[in-house]
Amino acid sequence: MPDFNFIDQVNTLSEQPIELCYHCHKCTAGCPVVDQMEYGPDRILRMVQFGEKDKLLQSEDIWVCVGCETCGARCPNEIDAARVLGALREIAFAENAAIAEPGAVKFHRLFLGLVQRTGRMHEISLLALHKLWTLNLFSDLPAGARLIMMGKVPLKPSIIKGRSEIARIYATAGSKKKQVPNGD
Amino acid sequence: MAINLSDRELAVPQVKEYSYYPGCSLHSTALEFNESVQAVFKALDIKLYELEDWNCCSAASATTLNHALSLALPGRNLAIAQKSGRDVVIPCTGCYNRHKTTERELKRRSAAGQMVEQAVGFSYQGNFEVRSLLDVIGNQVGLEALRRRVQKPLNGLKVVGYYGCLLLRPVEVTQFENPERPTLLNRLLAALGADLQPWSYASDCCGGDQTLVKPEIAARLVNRLVEHAREAGADAMVTVCPLCQMSLEMRQGAGAKLPLFYFTELIGLAFGLAEASSWWKKHLVSPVGLLKSLQLES
Repeated sequence: MPDFNFIDQVNTLSEQPIELCYHCHKCTAGCPVVDQMEYGPDRILRMVQFGEKDKLLQSEDIWVCVGCETCGARCPNEIDAARVLGALREIAFAENAAIAEPGAVKFHRLFLGLVQRTGRMHEISLLALHKLWTLNLFSDLPAGARLIMMGKVPLKPSIIKGRSEIARIYATAGSKKKQVPNGD
Repeated sequence: MAINLSDRELAVPQVKEYSYYPGCSLHSTALEFNESVQAVFKALDIKLYELEDWNCCSAASATTLNHALSLALPGRNLAIAQKSGRDVVIPCTGCYNRHKTTERELKRRSAAGQMVEQAVGFSYQGNFEVRSLLDVIGNQVGLEALRRRVQKPLNGLKVVGYYGCLLLRPVEVTQFENPERPTLLNRLLAALGADLQPWSYASDCCGGDQTLVKPEIAARLVNRLVEHAREAGADAMVTVCPLCQMSLEMRQGAGAKLPLFYFTELIGLAFGLAEASSWWKKHLVSPVGLLKSLQLES
C-alpha cells in the first residue's frame, strides 16, 4: 500500500519541495555513484511522490549516497536530493526499518556515541570498535599502522571539559524520534 | 620597488586576529595541515586563537542519522566563538560545511535555529562569521600579499587544484564563487608560481564520506580523479580538505601513487619556511622525490 502521507513526512524533515520535481534527471546525470544505485536520485524523488515508503527505507541506495550535493546544486527547482536521501536514512533509522546497510548505521552510531562521551572523535577507538563490531578486523590495517607509527593518530582520546553541555545537546536534539520541523 | 595594491585589495580590511576551529582531523590524520596553517599564519603575522574546549562537529555521522544533532553540535562551538566576536577560520571543509549550515539556520532564525539555541543554551548575536580557510587566505589576506612573500616560486611543479564538494555545496550554505567553475584555488596556486594544469574534475567528489564505511565506492571515485589528474599532466594534486586528502592518499590503487599537497603546505614551501620539510614525512604518499627533482627540497 502506498503511504500518501510519506511525501509530507519527507518534505518536512528534508525541508525540500519534492512535489516540484518534474524529472529532468539532472540530479541523476551528475550523481557520481548512480551506477552503484538501483534507482538513483530522480526515481527516488518519484517514489517519495508515490508514497513507496517501505521500498525506499529498505533500499541500499540511500546508504550509497556520498553527500557530495551535486544533485542539489544542479536542480532547476532547487530540490536538494542529498537532503532527501538524508531524511530517508534518518526515518529508516528512527522507525527501525529493515536497513540495507547495517554496517553504516553501526559506524555512525559508534561515531556519535564517542562524541557524546568525549566531545570529540578519536580515530583509534572508532575504528577498533567498528572493526570489532563488524568483524572486519583486517581491512586498512597497513595504512592504520603507518598513521600510528607516524605519530599522527593519538593513542589516547582527547576529552573535552564541557561534557555536560554535550549531554544537554544530545538530550535536546539527539533523541531518536525527534525530527526538526520545517525551517520557514 | 613600489608596491601596487589593486583596488579590490585596498577595499579589504586587513584582519590580524581570528578564532580557529581545527576540528578532529587536524589534531590527528591531518597534523601536517594544522602545522602548515599555523606556520603560514605566523609568517603572515596573523594570530589564530583556537576555540577553547571545542567539540567535534559530528561530521557525516549526524547528517546520516540525526539532522537536528548535526545542527546542534556545531552550535556549541559558535557559542564559544561568539564570546570574542572574531571570525572563525575553519580549514576542514567538512567541519566548515557543518558550522556554516548551523550558522545559516541561526541567521535566518528558523525553527531549526531556535532548536540549536535551546540545545546549546545561548542566544545568537551574529557578531562574527564562519569562514573557510581558503576564503580567508585567498580573499582577506589576498593573493597580492601572498605573491609579495614568495621566496621560492613553485616553478615547474605541475599540479591540479582540487576543491571536492563541501567547500562549494550546498550553494545556499557556502555562498562560494561560481560552484560549478570555481577559480580561487587555481589563482592562489598561480600566485605561488605553480604550473597549473587545466582539468574538469576540480569539484567532483572523492567519496571521502564513504571512505571508511564503503571503501570500494571511495576507491572508484579516487582512482577516477587520479587518472584524470595524470591525464591532465599533473604530478600532484592540491587539496583544501583533510577528508579528501586522506581518501585520495589511502584509496589509490596499486602502483606508483600521485602525491597530494594541502594548499597551505605549498604556501609555506613557496614562502621558504624551514618547517616545510617536516610536513612531507607525515604524508602517506611521499612528495619528497617530486620536490627534489624540481630543486624545491634539498
